[in-house]
Amino acid sequence: MKTKIDYKKIERTAAIKSNTASAITYVLLTVWGLFVLFPFYWMLLTSVKDYGEYSSEIIPKLYTIHPVLDNYGNAFTAEPLFNYIFNTLIFTIVTTALMLLVTVFAAFAFARLNFRGKGFVFVVFLSLMMIPSELVVITNFVTITNLELRNTFTGLILPSVTSVFYIYLLKENFAQVPDELYYAAKVDGTKDMKYLYKVLIPICKPTVVTITILKVIECWNAYVWPRLITNDKAYYLVSNGIQAIRESGLGRDNIPAMMAAVTVVTIPLIVLFLIFRTKIMAGVARGGTKG
Amino acid sequence: MKLNKSKGWLYLLPALITLGAFLVYPLIDVFIYSFQEDFMTASQEYTGIGFGNFSYVLKDPDFLQALQNTLILVCITVPLSTGIALLISLGLSSIKRLRGLFQTLYFLPYVCNTLALGMVFMLLFNKTSDANVGFINNIIEAFGGTAIDFINGPYWAKMFVLCFYTIWVVMPFKVLILTSSIASVKDDYYNAAKVDGTSKWRMFRKITLPMISPSMFYLIITGFIGAFKAYSDAVSIFGSNLNASGMNTIVGYVYDMLYSEGGGYPSYASAAAIILFIIVLTITCINLIISKKHVHY
Repeated sequence: MKTKIDYKKIERTAAIKSNTASAITYVLLTVWGLFVLFPFYWMLLTSVKDYGEYSSEIIPKLYTIHPVLDNYGNAFTAEPLFNYIFNTLIFTIVTTALMLLVTVFAAFAFARLNFRGKGFVFVVFLSLMMIPSELVVITNFVTITNLELRNTFTGLILPSVTSVFYIYLLKENFAQVPDELYYAAKVDGTKDMKYLYKVLIPICKPTVVTITILKVIECWNAYVWPRLITNDKAYYLVSNGIQAIRESGLGRDNIPAMMAAVTVVTIPLIVLFLIFRTKIMAGVARGGTKG
Repeated sequence: MKLNKSKGWLYLLPALITLGAFLVYPLIDVFIYSFQEDFMTASQEYTGIGFGNFSYVLKDPDFLQALQNTLILVCITVPLSTGIALLISLGLSSIKRLRGLFQTLYFLPYVCNTLALGMVFMLLFNKTSDANVGFINNIIEAFGGTAIDFINGPYWAKMFVLCFYTIWVVMPFKVLILTSSIASVKDDYYNAAKVDGTSKWRMFRKITLPMISPSMFYLIITGFIGAFKAYSDAVSIFGSNLNASGMNTIVGYVYDMLYSEGGGYPSYASAAAIILFIIVLTITCINLIISKKHVHY
């Protein structure tokens, strides 16, 4: 006689086992989530605490009963925060637009046009990707200073207009578009420019969007180059502005107002991220490097 | 037809000009700078050519401090962040519900301004006076410890905050890369293993790990490079005068030499930047050699 195997029992223990495992996983993932979120919560919380209330708390509270928005007003009046944000907007928009123009043209030349020395130039471009920015920033600083472009948008923008990596990404994408489309356009007498805007860019839109978003994030968070090139507050970008706020009055005396400034600087990119969530994450997975 | 030949160059022109002016020329120039001894910015004169700048930098206590800080930061943050990222990604891959929410949440720090969020961390770890302490010190005191001044206090306390913040900042990228890498492993392998009654741990060792080893390796290399170039994290926590707080990094030393209160020495800055470049290049080469043995493509 065969011994009867209680399959039900085995299945039940297996189910309990996997349920506990997944419960533990959820708990740990939630803990990590709280760990990631907590600084954001603290930033928001401190920014809506009343100054008097904050100063009188020996032990900072984890919540506030009377949220106030005064700190935001203070942050904007005590420091030219609006100015910093405006500068960063101009810097971001102009840099990204110029970068797109330069990148699209270069990628088009590499992917579609034939000219002598193309292979060689492309190899040179690829090898340029390995140059760390720290090596070239020194001379660029001297160049911009000698051209008397310090504290100008031109000086801020020019060196970050061209990115070899984005040219490479876009060129790879352009090259995947069948040659036939180009020849067909040529037979119809379409100009290169028109082909570029009517055919190539629409087909490769995901990559174009990706590099645009990556560049916008990069510009909004730029710190090193703006710090070197601007010492006039009128040209500060948000990173430098925040650093200035921290080292001047607000950072020492009025922590809630400083956190209000930090919140104002942080929120735009968080909103951008929540809107373009999937695109940004896919884009960074393909072409991001930070970290 | 002549126009057609040169058209390619025409399209490349903007890229060529900007790259030439801001990437190729500076690259050559930085080596020239680094060998010009006693270069004066004002008069544009130098006294000789040689390794003087390098030996000055290598003897400068500020540089040695920066080098030490950077090495400690690299040795702590790269293994820890990669390890934690692997655990989180494995956890994320094993669940179905809420996965998207967690992924979005974890990625949030990536898009945020490093300078701005560093200030929040400064606030959390702060201890302005004996009476007024930050959140982390509250927790320490609640467990019966004494408050530590993480921002202006002992060296290891400051180093802890820096490492802590660095890991928090680099984690989103690593988790993202590893999760998508784990997701790309075909189910067939796992199913075949399940039929054979393979244990979870063995499946991880023999299937997941080899399959994601290229991404792991990519993360380790970029992690090393990124950590060696650490700078703005330190500035955001300790303020821009990093030499004074003893928390400078190599990149910070380069920028301070170039432009700050003690600045105006492009030759020293160049020498330090080249030393950094050589270190990073060596580490990357070692990584590549090691990877030949362990990475399965």
